[in-house]
Amino acid sequence: MGIRFILMVNKQGQTRLAQYYEWLTLEERRALEGEIVRKCLARNEQQCSFVEHRNYKIVYRRYASLFFLVGVDNDENELAILEFIHLLVETMDRHFGNVCELDIMFHLEKAHFMLEEMVMNGSIVETSKANILTPIQLMDKSS
Amino acid sequence: MTMHGMRGLSVFISDIRNCQNKEQERLRVDKELGNVRTRFKNEKGLTPYEKKKYVWKMLYIYMLGYDVDFGHMEAVSLISAPKYPEKQVGYIVTSCLLNENHDFLRLAINTVRNDIIGRNETFQCLALTMVGNIGGREFAESLAPDVQKLLLSSSCRPLVRKKAALCLLRLFRKNPDVVNVDGWVDRMAQLLDERDLGVLTSSMSLLVALVSNNHEAYWTCLPKCVKILERLARNQDVPQEYTYYGIPSPWLQVKTMRALQYFPTVEDPNTRRTLFEVLQRILMGTDVVKNVNKNNASHAVLFEALALVMHLDAEKEMMSQCVALLGKFIAVREPNIRYLGLENMTRMLMVTDVQEIIKRHQAQIITSLKDPDISIRRRALDLLYGMCDVTNAKDIVEELLQYLSSADFAMREELSLKAAILAEKFAPDLSWYVDVILQLIDKAGDFISDDIWFRVVQFVTNNDDLQLYAAAKAKEYLDKPAVHETMVKVSAYILGEYSHLLARRLGCSPKEIFSILHEKLPTVSTTTIPILLSAYAKILMHAQPPDQELQNQIWAIFNKYESCIDAEIQQRAVEYFALSRKGAALMDILAEMPKFPERQSSLIKKAEDGEVDTAEQSAIKLRAQQQMSNALVVTDQCPANGAPPAVSVGQLSLVKVPSMVSTEDHNSTDQSLSQENGTLSKVDSQPPSADLLGDLLGPLAIEGPPGATVQSERNAVSGLKGVLDAVDGSAIVPVEEHTNTVQPIGNIAERFHALCLKDSGVLYEDPYIQIGIKAEWRAHHGRLVLFLGNKNTAPLISVQAVILPPAHLKMELSLVPDTIPPRAQVQCPLEIVNLKPSRDVAVLDFSYKFGANMVNAKLRLPAVLNKFLQPIPVSAEEFFPQWRSLSGPPLKLQEVVRGVRPMPLPDMVNLLNSFRLMICPGLDPNPNNLVASTTFYSEHTRAMLCLIRIETDPADRTQLRMTLASGDPTLTFELKEFIKEQLVSIPTAPWAPVPAPPAPPVAQPTPQIPANDPAAVLAGLM
Repeated sequence: MGIRFILMVNKQGQTRLAQYYEWLTLEERRALEGEIVRKCLARNEQQCSFVEHRNYKIVYRRYASLFFLVGVDNDENELAILEFIHLLVETMDRHFGNVCELDIMFHLEKAHFMLEEMVMNGSIVETSKANILTPIQLMDKSS
Repeated sequence: MTMHGMRGLSVFISDIRNCQNKEQERLRVDKELGNVRTRFKNEKGLTPYEKKKYVWKMLYIYMLGYDVDFGHMEAVSLISAPKYPEKQVGYIVTSCLLNENHDFLRLAINTVRNDIIGRNETFQCLALTMVGNIGGREFAESLAPDVQKLLLSSSCRPLVRKKAALCLLRLFRKNPDVVNVDGWVDRMAQLLDERDLGVLTSSMSLLVALVSNNHEAYWTCLPKCVKILERLARNQDVPQEYTYYGIPSPWLQVKTMRALQYFPTVEDPNTRRTLFEVLQRILMGTDVVKNVNKNNASHAVLFEALALVMHLDAEKEMMSQCVALLGKFIAVREPNIRYLGLENMTRMLMVTDVQEIIKRHQAQIITSLKDPDISIRRRALDLLYGMCDVTNAKDIVEELLQYLSSADFAMREELSLKAAILAEKFAPDLSWYVDVILQLIDKAGDFISDDIWFRVVQFVTNNDDLQLYAAAKAKEYLDKPAVHETMVKVSAYILGEYSHLLARRLGCSPKEIFSILHEKLPTVSTTTIPILLSAYAKILMHAQPPDQELQNQIWAIFNKYESCIDAEIQQRAVEYFALSRKGAALMDILAEMPKFPERQSSLIKKAEDGEVDTAEQSAIKLRAQQQMSNALVVTDQCPANGAPPAVSVGQLSLVKVPSMVSTEDHNSTDQSLSQENGTLSKVDSQPPSADLLGDLLGPLAIEGPPGATVQSERNAVSGLKGVLDAVDGSAIVPVEEHTNTVQPIGNIAERFHALCLKDSGVLYEDPYIQIGIKAEWRAHHGRLVLFLGNKNTAPLISVQAVILPPAHLKMELSLVPDTIPPRAQVQCPLEIVNLKPSRDVAVLDFSYKFGANMVNAKLRLPAVLNKFLQPIPVSAEEFFPQWRSLSGPPLKLQEVVRGVRPMPLPDMVNLLNSFRLMICPGLDPNPNNLVASTTFYSEHTRAMLCLIRIETDPADRTQLRMTLASGDPTLTFELKEFIKEQLVSIPTAPWAPVPAPPAPPVAQPTPQIPANDPAAVLAGLM
């Protein structure tokens, strides 16, 4: 049980952030991301937020032009992950103020810092937005 | 740009973004990689800031999918930078680019440790996170105590401790021994008293991993989990920051309920009551609300609560409440809830007896099979597959078949595989099964794997009364205008073998069959042509009276393909042509294919192999297992599928009739029988040497009645191999001189026990005679041949053999001659029919006279219970419904067996296997437990499946708990006692082999056993 990877992909299918919690080679990642993007981006609003792919279940959510795709084990609680995505987005919103694709592109390191505070080794570490953002705020102040 | 002034990085990202196509992007990336490489080569001139910038570029390029095969060292070296921004980048990029086996990572282990034990808590966090993400075994060994200390330290702030918890989780997965520390479990329990919800969230993940591995050790954590859940559910002491849309941390609630599902049950009544109150509140209090996030979060909690209720096997009322909720969910508009409703119904099937209630929703589930969303259709398919049993198989399979024509290509293979399996498993009659498979091939030929049509051929071949029907059906399909190639294959095979059964029907003459098959030849590929050629050869052979015209036609085809480039086709063409000129001999060569040895359906195996395996032991699988252990104590459950157990057991055996011809295997593997006969260990058993007579007359003859040990030594020394060959009991050993006492050679009891496990060997031997046995067992029939070999140069006279059969065996011994000539061997076949299950043993009362000696021996015959067993592999999906449906005494019996002779588990596995009980590994998650299955045959029970579970105690190998289930109460009891006897007794006779005494001068001609007291005889034999 756990999160295997988190992807942020725009609607053209370009990866904007990829964080894996298990080791895959570059070729495996490329193939996997391609397959998932093809499968998930073709789905419409009336369809559910879960897609089964290989050994994973993909829980995904779309925000404007950006898709958040989380790969989990098959027995993970899907809705909890779905709302975890939203928590991530709200956290980024709080930091960037209405986050958009460009924020993530040009502040990739911050997106990584936030994720790092939220997920570790595929498990959720923290769900309080204030706690998640504290280290980043500290750093912003010091620089 | 606020990227800490990393302007170069921003420029690069912009450039990439402005690339018009992939090719431009590649060029830009290559340029950048070249740049970074040059800069790194000249590392001395790099400032930490520059290093940081380049390392981020590397990560960005890697994320885009380009290989970055350099610079790893630079990333790792940043870890030891003194300032936070550089160090942070070092840690993060390292954990993205490297894996645990990377050499550079090992180099950093000291720096990492210094950061962990240092005073700077931001450094501690960075180091813990990286180790938590990619730390390997070496990290586990060197860092675990430090990490544990941080987690438990009262002076450490929550921000460090929560990371320490997940770091420890990683180290535990790399090396489970890291928590084998005194007092650890108590500390883990204390950790759950934590107030900080961040620390609790991480610690709960750690706990889930720990309890999934060993729930017994962590039982003190159970009430604490309930307390946490209660605190959250009642929203007590939950800071606003941890409330998500008004719901106290849904993630911690879910995780806590997940942890609880790893404990088999909640025993303490107070804890149980509290837990059920909370669960009831969640079940009843979750309403559908407008806000999507709130709705999702509350339903996340609700679904986890449902899973926990199912796991706890709550009272009927609560369970039906759950099914009712799920029933509502599968019909709502919101697709996520519909999906989860179906998924959880499927899970529910695995753990509880709710099949009957779920069946009420069958119509709705079938509707979901046509849902516009493939994710939902897949769930519906899985659920239908899981809920299928004999009562609804026809409906469900028909639905699947109907759906097949319109199903997505992505699903057709899975769909047809599942339909094929259901048809096989639950076929009310085999002709229906044949219908289903042929329809499958007709509708979705491209998606039918070879396994599927092989299987139907196997069934048709093994069931005589199916052959005519299958042939008629095959012909019907071939008459259609467009026929899939797989249909051509299966039809050609079936018509080749069985079309002669149709010969009297209109349009089914050999010629006509041939011509409809041959019509297809131009359209098929080279893999099908050989099958067609075989069919032609068989049709030709069956054409009676011979049809000259047909023969010419077929010969012409063989001639044509004699020069085919495909070797298989060419060979068949040449051979069939040559063979078909052999006239009558052809009949033998091309005779009907023999029955297939029965084996596990490769389809079912395939479906099982397709199942995913997740990194951690999944809770649902464990739950299914634990459910099984509940079934051990619950005695009066309803059968799972509403059908009487006997029916469902019979159903299984209908489809899986184990081999009727496999006795060959037993024989061949038992060729080396005399080796294991207790006395002749390690003596190679070889075929009798050609110069048997020379051996017989040589100077090595056994003198006097030797003890077992003496004999085996002598054997080893003298190499008397051929003489002692006993494969067919033909050993004829000369005895030179003898006293008038007759002592058996070897240990009678040991010989008997050895023969219980083998099908040939020596039953009895004394200086004058050797009685060998060779047996064949087929279902409830047995044929046992006694080989009576006279070892002397004088005849044995007044030979008498009487069988004393127990009530459950019908035994007929053919005539035994009164005299056995010198050095001759006579064979006496004995026919055995097993009427019903029993452990009673048949006895052979044997006597003869040699000279003045009258010898009588009462010998147990190895026509014992396990001879009527046939091992059969059972998959989890077959096992659990059966196990549940056989719900208690008298069909399911349990007993704690004490005084077990201690043996390592693998030995026990071998022992059970040797009694033809097939161990099914993996069905029981506890490695100390064994689950086995077998089929028992008797006239009364027919083929009946028996399931066995043995729970051993690693701390005390002299006791175990055994549970046995079958569809017949006597069988269950007898088999249980039988296995018990094997486990408890050591098969050594009470009277140890006599150490080769110089023949005692007693003139008493009878061996030790008093001849006229059968009870005493039997007692002595036991």
